[in-house]
Order: sequence, then structure tokens, then C-alpha cells
Amino acid sequence: MAIQITVNGRRSILDVDPATPLLWVLRDGLGLTGTKYGCGQSLCGACTVLVDGAAIRSCTTTVAEIAGKRVTTIEGLSPDGGHPVQRAWVAEQVPQCGYCQSGQILEAVALLAKKPYPTDGDIDDALSGVLCRCGTYPRIRRAVKRAAGEVRRGR
Amino acid sequence: VAARNPEHDLGRRTFLAVTGGGAAGLAVAAWLPRRAEGGGQAPFAPSAVVAVAASGAVTVTAAKSEMGQGIRTSIPMLVAEELEVDWKDVRVEPAVADPRYGNMGTGGSRTIRQGYLPLRQAGAAAREMLVAAAAARWKVAPGDCRAERGHVLGPRGKRVTFGSLVADAAKLPVPQQPRLKEAKDFRIVGTRVVRLDVPDKVTGKAVFGMDVRLGGMQYAVVARPPAFGGKARGFDPGKALALPGVRKVAPVPSGIAVIADSTWAALRGREALSVEWDGGPDAALDSAAVSRALEAAAAGPADPAEQRGDAAAALSAAAKRLEARYRVPYLAHATMEPMNATVHARADGAEAWLPTQSPQWAQEKMAEALGIPKEKVVVHTTLLGGGFGRRSSTDFAVEAALVSRAAGGPVQVLWTREDDMRHDFYRPASLHVLEGGLDASGALVAWRHRIAAQSIVQQLFGAQRGNRPDVAQEATDLGWDVPHWLVETALVKLGVPVGWWRSVYATQNGFAQECFVDELSAASGQDPVSFRRRFLPAGSRLRRVLDLAAEEAGWGRPLPAGRARGVACLASFGSFVAQVAEIRVEGGKLARVERVVCAVDCGQVVNPDTVEAQVEGSIAYGLSAALRGEITIEKGGAREGNFDAYAPIRMSEMPAVETHLVPSGEPPGGIGEPATPTIAPAVVNALAAATGNRVRTLPIGA
Repeated sequence: MAIQITVNGRRSILDVDPATPLLWVLRDGLGLTGTKYGCGQSLCGACTVLVDGAAIRSCTTTVAEIAGKRVTTIEGLSPDGGHPVQRAWVAEQVPQCGYCQSGQILEAVALLAKKPYPTDGDIDDALSGVLCRCGTYPRIRRAVKRAAGEVRRGR
Repeated sequence: VAARNPEHDLGRRTFLAVTGGGAAGLAVAAWLPRRAEGGGQAPFAPSAVVAVAASGAVTVTAAKSEMGQGIRTSIPMLVAEELEVDWKDVRVEPAVADPRYGNMGTGGSRTIRQGYLPLRQAGAAAREMLVAAAAARWKVAPGDCRAERGHVLGPRGKRVTFGSLVADAAKLPVPQQPRLKEAKDFRIVGTRVVRLDVPDKVTGKAVFGMDVRLGGMQYAVVARPPAFGGKARGFDPGKALALPGVRKVAPVPSGIAVIADSTWAALRGREALSVEWDGGPDAALDSAAVSRALEAAAAGPADPAEQRGDAAAALSAAAKRLEARYRVPYLAHATMEPMNATVHARADGAEAWLPTQSPQWAQEKMAEALGIPKEKVVVHTTLLGGGFGRRSSTDFAVEAALVSRAAGGPVQVLWTREDDMRHDFYRPASLHVLEGGLDASGALVAWRHRIAAQSIVQQLFGAQRGNRPDVAQEATDLGWDVPHWLVETALVKLGVPVGWWRSVYATQNGFAQECFVDELSAASGQDPVSFRRRFLPAGSRLRRVLDLAAEEAGWGRPLPAGRARGVACLASFGSFVAQVAEIRVEGGKLARVERVVCAVDCGQVVNPDTVEAQVEGSIAYGLSAALRGEITIEKGGAREGNFDAYAPIRMSEMPAVETHLVPSGEPPGGIGEPATPTIAPAVVNALAAATGNRVRTLPIGA
């Protein structure tokens, strides 16, 4: 069945089982490996992408559900790593292993678009859905605050 | 300059050899040669290679795995420091598995401890050769020249770039004892150099094992037995093969592989597959049976691991005597990137892309499984989405080699989270029987620690290596001033696969010891910090970090209602750590760990930012285990399969971490692990201080 999705501004028509999770369409079909598999059950957030600006878990979202919607993955956040959240992540030297960071960054982008100046409680609420085993949480918190006010709605 | 610490003395002369050069550039290799003869052409075995191109670009080859600890930045920092180049001109490349790099295994917090001298020597030798080449060109003495920021400077304002010297320098003999800088002259080492791997990790460009994409590559998952060591009695591939995209179903030693055009097709195929499993070698094994085995071992004969004085007599004669038992469970590693491997096995060779901590061991084991010489197996190490010891094992690489052979082409084998969690090599469960005796003044005079646990080394190699069982790690040589002392081990053999988990047995022993010390201080009405000061020798590095952590945490100062502090300290992997945990309790239970003050003496620091990150990470990892970490065993296998049942801490649970480094000129200690073991006892001790409730079995449950 042909499904049309728009990923990072590029429209694709995919001949794919509509029950396929978006995660595997991105990784295996479109070669966008920046979106990670971590649990397959929306428990860890490693697969987080933006759909029409909202953070969703691509491991439990079927490709059929996002037909006609706009998906932004980590690769599409900026052409050169220059998005304010990415810059904040570099400035705070957030990543260790780095595997969860695409999800952390996109969750942070979604948060800052809604709440440009989040409180610690807002950060806890938004980012507790994305697990990190390396313990980068304190740096993520600092990076989110550093990027505060720099993310425009709708980006 | 050369440190005499045996951790740094590799026991063999460090050779330096020219391995390349000419017009292409000067390459100096260091570390662990096999032999010195054989001409100038790469007979030696470098662990790090520095190459200076004619353009002046410097490439450092890192033979150690990057799993988040920043090693692909720290290694080039050490080389660049002595080479005298601008950091911006340095790039790093991962090494392909090869004996010339020495031991490429990354673990035991060893890389900087062992590489601190050889990596600098590699840079220094290259620098001296470049200086000698310039001196010869100018017909001046090398002593009248010096290297600075990628140039050699000579008398009367002479100046030449490294790049223009590489062809000449490559022809020169390699200095065996290049002069190293003194720490006070370091420009790069000891500074907060930004990590080279970070830009790719915020843009999605970083290539982890699972991100490898090869032309014609298929995707596979393996249906695995519910019990450890279980085997398929039979399977019916029909329904799986009927699904679109499923290409092949093939038995492998670890289970039944489903090979497909995409990961999703492979996963669907595995669901459709029907397999009849046997119960494995020990189908009745469950957590209760594990506990019984540990209790029985602790009650039976034990082997002394460390003994002085007469602990039994001193315990009998003690003015106050205490006994307590501590229990910890199996733990999974749960790296964020589940196990995976990408292999292309051909008839006469193989190429593999592995997120591995042991590229050479994987190479050997894959070759063995495929029945080909190991030289025919090319192993690339990708970035690792976490390691923590899990990726030291070779199971996932060997399995993928066999799946690739079955597929007849390149294959990526993905482990689901459930596969990963239920087929781990677990941190061993253990039981600790502690006895302590105090004299009339409250001083600790007798100590007995009996450890019952599975030995990783015994399970892996069939016998112990060295003169002490691995289970006694950080239970002996504690440096405490206690006259009567006995540490004993009672090894248990069980079918649960066990492995190295961040800081290994320091987690179990550190927990039991540091909690028991706290109990002894409480039982005798002494402050836990003051009590420790009585047996930690004055001037010792452990006592210094204890004092620093106590001071920075405001130890002894009043806290608001519902708050309490706990302390723990331990030396491991060549470093000294003390932590004070400040907790909040509600209704007599742990509500949150609010703050952790951590004092560290890890000797000479290469990158303070990396050290702080490792401390934060170790605390998060250890706290996850302390609060909720437990793998339970049922029907011969592991029950927990995903992050709902095995739930690491999340952002909202992360304490504020304050790291205080002791300025030190000592040789570097490890930093990937040593801050892990102390967090559980610090939290448990704080909880006891707050509530009087003493947790002796982990996890705490919160």
C-alpha cells in the first residue's frame, strides 16, 4: 500500500505495510539512522521524532498514522547542527555514548517550542520520558536552560 | 618523569617504531612490540598511532572503544600534548582490530592508566624526530631547536612546519626514550578540551553498531530460548517464511534466526515462527534457589583471600561485636543501544562492524566459529551506545557471523530490548556475611567478611586466574588500619550467565562493607565520618577524599526536617572516591536522592570535564541499581525484559551532583567505574540515618 509522508521537508511515497512502525521506515527505508531503537514499547524515548512539531515515539507509531503529516528527525533539525538546542548540547558537552541524544534533543525542542522558559518541573515532565543510561541528565537540564528562549514555535 | 606505579609499567619495554612515512607522512607507533628486529617496517605493535601528513594534519588512531567515556578525545589529547601541535589540527580514527595495537580491550577503567606514558611517548618521539629533521636541514644542534604548535623553531628565527619535515623525519631512527614534558608544562592535558565525538552525536551522524548500512545487507533477529542455555527441540518456519520480506529461517547455536529485507519484517517473522524450546540445563532455577545456593555456600567451607592477626579470637574478645548479612541481586547492563552486530561472512574470510569493547577477542571467536584464520576476519569498531562491560563479551559478534553465513551475505543482527535484557551476562548476585569487633574505645579491631557469589572468571575460563578469586575485588587491600582481619570467599556455581558490570565486584563488596561500617558506627554511637577516620590512615588518599566530601557536603551541619546524609568511600581501579548522599524521606520512605557530593582523587586528570561526566554517569548507573535494579530468575531464565520491569532512573530522579577533584600529581587512576560502588551504600546509610531503617538487601525499592 502506498503511503505518503513528509520527512525533513522531503516527500516520499512508500510502498510499505501500513502497520510498520515509523521508526523502521525511517531507519531501514529512508536511511535516517539518527532515530534510534531502544525498547520498541514507548518506554525509553530513544526513537523520539517530531510530527507536526509534537514529540512522538516512532517505535509505536505506525507509518499509516502519520500519512500526510510532517516528520522532523534529528537529521532535519538543522542543516549543520546549528539549531539552538544542538548548539546548547555542544556547549554543555551533554552526550556521553550519545545513543539517546537524538530523542533527548527532539523532546527538548518540542518542550521549548511550547514553553520557551521551562521550569525544572517542566523539564522533568517533558524529558523524563527519555532514558539515558550514561547519566547525562544534569547536563541535559543545563542545556535546555541554555537554549531557553531561542526556540521559535513551529520549528 | 616516568611513574613507578606498577599500573603504568607494562612490564615490557615500550618500543617506538616507524610504521609508515615517506611522502605520505610520518607515522610513529607506540606500545607493546612483539619484537624489535625486522627492519623499520611495522613489525611492532602500537596501541596508538600518530601520523603527521605533509599537510600538517595529525591523525591519531585510537585502539580503544568509545562508549561514552570520551576516550576518542583523551587518547589524542595525550599524543598531541607531547607532539606540540594545535588541537584543532588533530583528528582521531578508530583502529581496525590488529595485534599490533596490543590489547585493544576497553574495560577495567584501564585506558588512561595504561596509556598515559606510551601515548605521550608516541607523541614525544614524533616530535623529537621532527625536531631532528629540522636541525639536520639547518645544520644546527637539535638542542637549539624546539617544537611549538606544529612548527619547529630554530636559531635566528628559523621556522618550519611539521608538514614540510615529515619525509625527512621518517628516515630517522626512532628515539626509544623520548623526553616527556613535566605536568606543569601541559597545555592540553588537564584542560576542558571539547569532545571530538560530540558534534556527530547531536546531529544524528554518529554511527553506532545498529547504524551500519552495507550494500545488499539483510536484517535478522534471533528467536531465543526463554531459559539460559535452552535449545530448540523443533521449529516450523512456514508461517514466518510466508510473510512478505522474510527470506530465510535458519537455526544457529543461540536460537533460530529469521533473516529478512528489513528489521520490521524480521521481527514479524520471528513472531510468526513457532519454536518448541527445552528448559535449558537448569529449568527449575529461580531466584529462591539462587538465594538458597548463596546461603548454603556462606554456611559451608570458604577460602581465605586475605588474612592478618586472628579475626575469630579478636571478635570473641571484642568489647562490642556486630554481625550483619547483605544481599544484592543480579543486574542487567541495559545499554541504551541493545546488542547488535553486522557481519559479512564469506567462504574464506569475514568483515564485521561491531559495537564491541573487545574487538580482538571477537575476531578470535568469530574466526573459531567460522573455521577460518583470525587474520581473515576484519573487525571494525563502531561507536558503542553504552558498554558498561556488556560489550566485552563476544556472543553477539559470533552469533552474527553464523547468521551471515546462513544468509549467504551481509547481515545485521538486531537484539530487541527483551533479547538484550534476558540474555545478558549479569552482575552476579551475592551474599555477604560481615562481622566486626570494636574495642572499649570504639575502635574497629576485628573484621571478617565472607563473600558468597558466582565467579565470572571461573564461569568464563573454568578456573580462577591469579592468587585471589575475582569475587574478592575491593574486599581486600583496603588499606584500613585494622589489626585482625579475615576476608573469605565461597564460590557458587549456577547456570545464570555472569559478567563484568561497571566496577564489577566493587559494587557488591563496596555496598556490604560501607553499609556495615555505618552500622558499626551507629551501634557504638559514633559519627560515621569520625569512625572511618580512626582506621583510615592519616595522609592516605582515601581519607583525604573522605574529608573533602564531608567538608563540601557540610557534614554535621543541620538539615531541614525529612532530610538526611549518608557517606561511603572506596578505592577502586586506581582511584579514590568518597560520596555524601543527601536524601529526602516522606512517610519513613526514601522520596528522592537530592544531592550527591563526590570527592575524587584519580591522580593526574587528563580532561576534568570527562571526569565530571563519568562521576555523574557512575552515580546515575549505581543509583538506578540501588533503587530498583533487579533481575529475577524463573524457570531457568530472566524474567524482566524491558524498561517497565527493569527501570533505570529518569531525569526527575537524578540528584544534583557536585564533583570535587583532589589536585594530584599522582599517575592517573581509572575514572569510568570508581564512582559507581559508593552511591548505593551512601544512600542506604542516609536512609538509616533518617529513619533508623537499615536496608540490607538491594534494591531499596523506590
